[in-house]
Amino acid sequence: MELPTPAGWVRPVNEVSLHIDAGESLGLVGESGSGKTMLAMALMGLLPPGARVEGEALLGKDRKEVAEVKEKNAREPGVAGGKNLLALNERQWRAVRGGQIAMVFQEPMTSLNPVMRIGRQIEEAIRAHESRLAAGDVKRRAAEALGRAAIPEPQVRAEQFPHQLSGGLRQRAMIAMALAAGPRFLIADEPTTALDVTVQKQILDLLDHLRRELRLALLFITHDLGVVRQVADRVAVMYAGRIIEEGPARQVLASPRHPYTQGLLNASPTLERGKLSPIPGSVPQLTAVPPGCAFEPRCSLRRAECVAAVPDLRVADQSHTARCVLV
Amino acid sequence: MHTSEILLEARDLRKSYRRGGGVFSKEAEGPRFTAVDGVCLAVERGETFAVVGESGCGKTTLARMLVRLIEPDSGELGFRGKDLLALRGAELRAERRQMQMVFQDPFASLDPRMRVAEMVGEPLAIHHPELGKTEKQERTRAMLERVGLGADALKRYPHEFSGGQRQRIGIARALILRPKLVVADEPVSALDVSVGAQVLLLLQELQSEFGLTYIFISHSLPVVAQMATRIAVMRAGKFVEVGPAEQVLHLPAHAYTRELLAAVPSLPSR
Repeated sequence: MELPTPAGWVRPVNEVSLHIDAGESLGLVGESGSGKTMLAMALMGLLPPGARVEGEALLGKDRKEVAEVKEKNAREPGVAGGKNLLALNERQWRAVRGGQIAMVFQEPMTSLNPVMRIGRQIEEAIRAHESRLAAGDVKRRAAEALGRAAIPEPQVRAEQFPHQLSGGLRQRAMIAMALAAGPRFLIADEPTTALDVTVQKQILDLLDHLRRELRLALLFITHDLGVVRQVADRVAVMYAGRIIEEGPARQVLASPRHPYTQGLLNASPTLERGKLSPIPGSVPQLTAVPPGCAFEPRCSLRRAECVAAVPDLRVADQSHTARCVLV
Repeated sequence: MHTSEILLEARDLRKSYRRGGGVFSKEAEGPRFTAVDGVCLAVERGETFAVVGESGCGKTTLARMLVRLIEPDSGELGFRGKDLLALRGAELRAERRQMQMVFQDPFASLDPRMRVAEMVGEPLAIHHPELGKTEKQERTRAMLERVGLGADALKRYPHEFSGGQRQRIGIARALILRPKLVVADEPVSALDVSVGAQVLLLLQELQSEFGLTYIFISHSLPVVAQMATRIAVMRAGKFVEVGPAEQVLHLPAHAYTRELLAAVPSLPSR
């Protein structure tokens, strides 16, 4: 995905390929400028004006259906376009957003209307996708949505306005609203970053529970490695627009194969004192991404070949890849 | 081994606010909300005393009271052996020079039209009017260099810098007067992981080099674990546990401390 800037075109998302199964959670980790939020925006059709996007994003019931769609797209490009999210127009998006894919954000007030009662907002979300439901059914479904998000006293809370809820409850309300119309894929962009650690734990447990119960595919975006270890089956690490490591979460975090991932781990504070080492330098601006491996200037293991070309994602282990010549 | 000299001491500090009321209501209506509910502490020279707690526990109000940015409703506050609450005028200014604050977002309270040179040099202008222009410029440049920024930063404006660089500028501004005490309120909470690690390490280096005493406020136990000699756990305006860092982190006495520790998402040990 490319964006025009005064300094020229930049690529916040560069050759990114991912897959997530129903009921699986993929953690997307990166710092500011890694492209993780832009990727989420691209998947939701919320691109900034002027953005150019290429590639495919396919949503299907299961791997078989996705593979079939992919094959059809390859045989008749453009004809089966309806299933490629990146090729949808705004009218088509309105059915997909909320109905098939939903997103929750760091700040619930980006989705919650401050002057509308919570219950009504959820009903509105349901009606947008199922206009033929009777009023009583809509109300019932809204109450179910609140219950699913484990909001205590849902009938009371449904009548309240967002400002009357605590941060944690607002986040639950946003999750309830996102899932109200039954999407199969949920993107959560730093949903717990602004929350206290005890509330964060509750929300992470809730997302985990919902993922299992509803067989949701969950894309969880965060900068916090501890959180990703707790919430994700698999993790993809992004740097300067590219995925530089991907694999089973516990494995990647226990035995990282890319120096940046290792660097992030070493720079993440834990409850053990004295083991903090920062990564020298800083994340490159997208207008000035170094040639070859973008991490090379900061890498303690760099060699001449690192500047020559962008390394491929090499296989480090079973379903564990890393974009580094050392693999 | 230095003798333990108490640099800052607080006894029974209290601060409360009235909530509610509004533009059209009479002054001081609404129920009272107690932000700090009788806090006592004694910070030793050279240590890093951390206050950790969740949002609304009162830690930020407490931090601001310790440097008299906010006036306590009641209690005692001693700094370098003097009664800080009783001081006025030149005497108060003299003590104020010795205590500085580093904020989560250093530029929230600063003029965006001020160049970095003025921002970092301002404390010198206020507290050391006797210094000549060249001397001030030199000290400013040296301080910026010490925090890892080049002389080219002097002429630029805050918005031109990244979060980590802005925090370094905030630190330079706080340290230019060579204070004895620095109160750091969530200094790395808004920063990326690797940038935050750089700032924490910088703070540690500066502490040894300048012989600083830190009061470190944070909501993050892992961050506090890296920096603290002693930790105070705060909830609803009170300290529920205070002790040496190792003890509070690994042998917590209070149930709330245990709850906080249990909620920290863990990483494999290195």
